[in-house]
Amino acid sequence: MNATALVINGFAIIGFIISFIKNKEKSVQALKVAGKSFLKMLPMVLIIVVLVGLLLGFIPPGGIEKFFGGQSGILGALIIGGAGAILHIPSLIAFPLAGSLRESGASVTSAAAFITTLTMIGTVYLPVEIKILGKKFALLRNGLSFLVAMVISLLMGLIL
Amino acid sequence: MSSTDNETGDEGTMGGKKEMIRDWLILVAMIIGATVLLSFFPAKIEPSLSTGMDYLTEMAWVLPAVMILMGLFKVWISRELVVKYLGKASGLKGIFIAALLGSTPTGPLYVAFPLAAAMFDKGARTMNIVVFLSAWAAMKIPQEMLEIQFLGLNFMAIRLVLTLVSVSLMGLVMEKIIEKTDPLKVQAEV
Repeated sequence: MNATALVINGFAIIGFIISFIKNKEKSVQALKVAGKSFLKMLPMVLIIVVLVGLLLGFIPPGGIEKFFGGQSGILGALIIGGAGAILHIPSLIAFPLAGSLRESGASVTSAAAFITTLTMIGTVYLPVEIKILGKKFALLRNGLSFLVAMVISLLMGLIL
Repeated sequence: MSSTDNETGDEGTMGGKKEMIRDWLILVAMIIGATVLLSFFPAKIEPSLSTGMDYLTEMAWVLPAVMILMGLFKVWISRELVVKYLGKASGLKGIFIAALLGSTPTGPLYVAFPLAAAMFDKGARTMNIVVFLSAWAAMKIPQEMLEIQFLGLNFMAIRLVLTLVSVSLMGLVMEKIIEKTDPLKVQAEV
């Protein structure tokens, strides 16, 4: 167990204790919500585990680096960012996936592009967003988000 | 892949049981596929299994805690509370309140759209609404924790700061564009 995991678990435990002192019923409700979410997530988590295992087991170490490594630059970021904008992966699972890409040689820019477009842009939700917030708002937000995601990931590559 | 509402386990409006059964079926198919594939390449069994197990252990250490935090946010931070506070906020403080309000509740992005619409009705600034939606999508506290775990503290912190700054600018740009092209609506808001 690393330090991060310790901190996260610490937060959860302290948060739950405070919540429990303040309101028992709400806290039990929170646990129920947590349990349900966990069960719902479980198959996806296991799917990603199998996928990551195969991915790293089979793709030769240079493979990912070639396409999404430091040399791939803007084009690599555009491709992986585009994938992130279209794909519909639960964000909680996207982080371990990005971590595994990173470990196998993907650049900071690629990993950042993938996560940022994946979380900020919801192509699947676009019809709902248009219906509720209007065409102009929805299209502007998703379009500009892609631009912003590219800028963020290129800057990340420069900084880190 | 699967729908994002797997993240929360609430609502059940889009997805639910059917999705879960589908996910389990995909998993079974993948395990069968992986077994067949690995039986042809026995040399890959060891590296695939050990990477898979590493990931499983890492996830097992953090996921339950992340789920509990999400559960706590869900019961303590109501949708009404979010709308109430964002309607009033303005200026730099408004941006921070919008980001904070977006980053704590749980739920897929489509849950935030009606809230954003309600904020428009209450006269909140376009900029703040954009920041709120972006925070809801990309700055969730449980997400940040997983980001630290799998990509490191530096990565998460720099990305968070860059995201906050750039979505604020984006909100400002969107506000100007919408004001310019839609003067009637602005007048109605004023």
